[in-house]
Amino acid sequence: MHFARVLRRAGLPIGPGKVIVALEALKLVSIARRDDVYWTLHSVLVDRHSQSDMFRLAFDRFWQRQQDRPDDNPLSILDQGPDHGRGDQSKPIPRRLADAFSPLASPEVGEQKEESAAPSDAVASWSADERLRHQDFETMSSDEQAEAAKLMARLRLPIPDVATRRHRVSRSGRRIDMRATLRAMVRSGGAVTLARKAPRRRHPPLVVLCDISGSMATYSRMFLRFLHALTNDRDRVHVFLFGTRLSNVTRELAHRDPDLALARVGRAVEDWGGGTRIGHTIEAFNRRWSRRVLGQGAVVVLITDGLDRDGGEGLAAEMERLHKSCRRLIWLNPLLRYAAFEPKSAGVRVMLPHVDEFRPAHNLDSLTALVVALSNRLDAGTTRQFTIANAKLS
Amino acid sequence: MSIGVSSPQSIDATLDLLSRGGYIADRALATSLFLSIAMKRPLFLEGEAGVGKTEIAKVLAATLGRQLLRLQCYEGLDISAAVYEWNYPRQMMAIRLAEAAGEGRRHELARDIYGAEFLIKRPLLNALEGSAGMAPVLLIDELDRTDEPFEAFLLEVLSDFQITIPELGTIKAAAPPLVVVTSNRTREIHDALKRRCLYHWVDYPSAERERAIVKAKVPGVGESLGGQVVSFVQMLRGLELFKPPGIAETLDWAQALMVLNARELTVSNVDDTLGVVLKYQDDIARVRGDVAARGVATARSAA
Repeated sequence: MHFARVLRRAGLPIGPGKVIVALEALKLVSIARRDDVYWTLHSVLVDRHSQSDMFRLAFDRFWQRQQDRPDDNPLSILDQGPDHGRGDQSKPIPRRLADAFSPLASPEVGEQKEESAAPSDAVASWSADERLRHQDFETMSSDEQAEAAKLMARLRLPIPDVATRRHRVSRSGRRIDMRATLRAMVRSGGAVTLARKAPRRRHPPLVVLCDISGSMATYSRMFLRFLHALTNDRDRVHVFLFGTRLSNVTRELAHRDPDLALARVGRAVEDWGGGTRIGHTIEAFNRRWSRRVLGQGAVVVLITDGLDRDGGEGLAAEMERLHKSCRRLIWLNPLLRYAAFEPKSAGVRVMLPHVDEFRPAHNLDSLTALVVALSNRLDAGTTRQFTIANAKLS
Repeated sequence: MSIGVSSPQSIDATLDLLSRGGYIADRALATSLFLSIAMKRPLFLEGEAGVGKTEIAKVLAATLGRQLLRLQCYEGLDISAAVYEWNYPRQMMAIRLAEAAGEGRRHELARDIYGAEFLIKRPLLNALEGSAGMAPVLLIDELDRTDEPFEAFLLEVLSDFQITIPELGTIKAAAPPLVVVTSNRTREIHDALKRRCLYHWVDYPSAERERAIVKAKVPGVGESLGGQVVSFVQMLRGLELFKPPGIAETLDWAQALMVLNARELTVSNVDDTLGVVLKYQDDIARVRGDVAARGVATARSAA
């Protein structure tokens, strides 16, 4: 079906299975009403709320085209509502959708190239003019790359576990596993040997908020390598990048190949090397994402130099909320490498009271120290002690 | 086996059915629901808290005359709480009795104590077996609260409608139950699970639909007060609050104002009852005062 292919190009994950289900569903509803067809396809083809807008635009555009060129498609008899059609043409059409339509005329040309690129643009680039500057990861110097490679080889987060509410068999466990006990009793014919179980342990989710503004440019590239290794090493990692706006790049980073993954991130994010609006972005995170990713006792790592263009305005309240909704908040600050670092900037002063841990992050040593910090003390009780790692680590 | 005589045959019939149960749905939801019934696929409902996701399953069960089985999810929910558990004390007793009866019955024992009479059935197993040949409505509520291992287990149940119990064998549903899965999106549900379901995002209702809902659910509230409450709440949703009020809050508020014998929204009674609508201190502080006063003024002039 043509329409499914358009959607797939636009970045919606639609497999052949879904197309079959969609056709099945269309048989059940009458196709006389446009909105019935719309919601039928919507409930089958869309599976997250963020895809709804793209679906609506694609749907409108697609049936409009079909009407303009009423060829062999039987669905082209669908009536166009009075509110559709004219109005849409004046509005700028999202770049991604336009891209998805354009190759349709000659489906063979460029298909291979499109295929590999299209699904990665999962975060919509709604307006092309907001792409301020695109970071080119190819230009990383060879020194840097070597260093990054070394980082990746060394840095695997040892898994800091917390107890979950699931159990596993354990000799020294405190609870009695009745099911296993009874099975043993049946086998032995009545002798009671208690089988025991203990809580299963698991690492908590990790949420990383990384600053990619101009002042952080040299570091953020290095951190991205680190974050890529992190995302591929364990599950339940969410990575957000922010400068003036917040973008979730978890799906882009999940690609196995680091170069491909970073290229995808480069395309998905629009505010490389610009200013920083920490308060604004933390607020956006709190409102839009915190309840979705901070469940189950997440640890938050915030990577920024704390130099805020808005001068720390509105930052305190948002930091407090963030702090209170996670298990542990760790702030990595590359500026902390200077022994004489003092929290002078407004942003830093406002943020400091709300973090559990404040550490340097500018070279291999400090990142290794972070790994150590992440891997212990998670169960050390409920007291959240504030620590500033020794700035002389380097 | 058909899934019952009364199951709706078209989208319009589904809309009728829901409104008979006192649920005022839009056409989008009715379409998804109709498809879910006709195609025997689970319906996955996502949306903010308090927009009436759970209510859909309840109304569906009531109007179709099916049994409603509800599985409330929580972290650590496991098979023994969701599907089945063996009745250990009874099994223990049976073993003791067998001992008293003598050695000869040992090999029979294993078969005996894993029989159906020692099985305690939990919601999922009940849903598959059904009662009196009628497939029930199975509500899996707030799936996002549970953890990934349970989600993975649900895959088997939701795609094949069968459950495997090692000691007993595989139990397959004669008629697949109507499954409604809800999520508040406190975490993303895995794509594999979503793929097996029909997806619908339950949004906040339009002002017109919300007025109809208030009228249906809080009949005692006057036309004018009901209208004012709705337009005030609609205004709040446009404010980018940390937690915008859902329909549940609207209804609670209308109820609360009724108990206080209010006839109209006033600045003072809004101030007094704001805690019914907004549940975060920051949000309340932002709305109380000017914003509330302006909201009351527009609500009264509009309604």
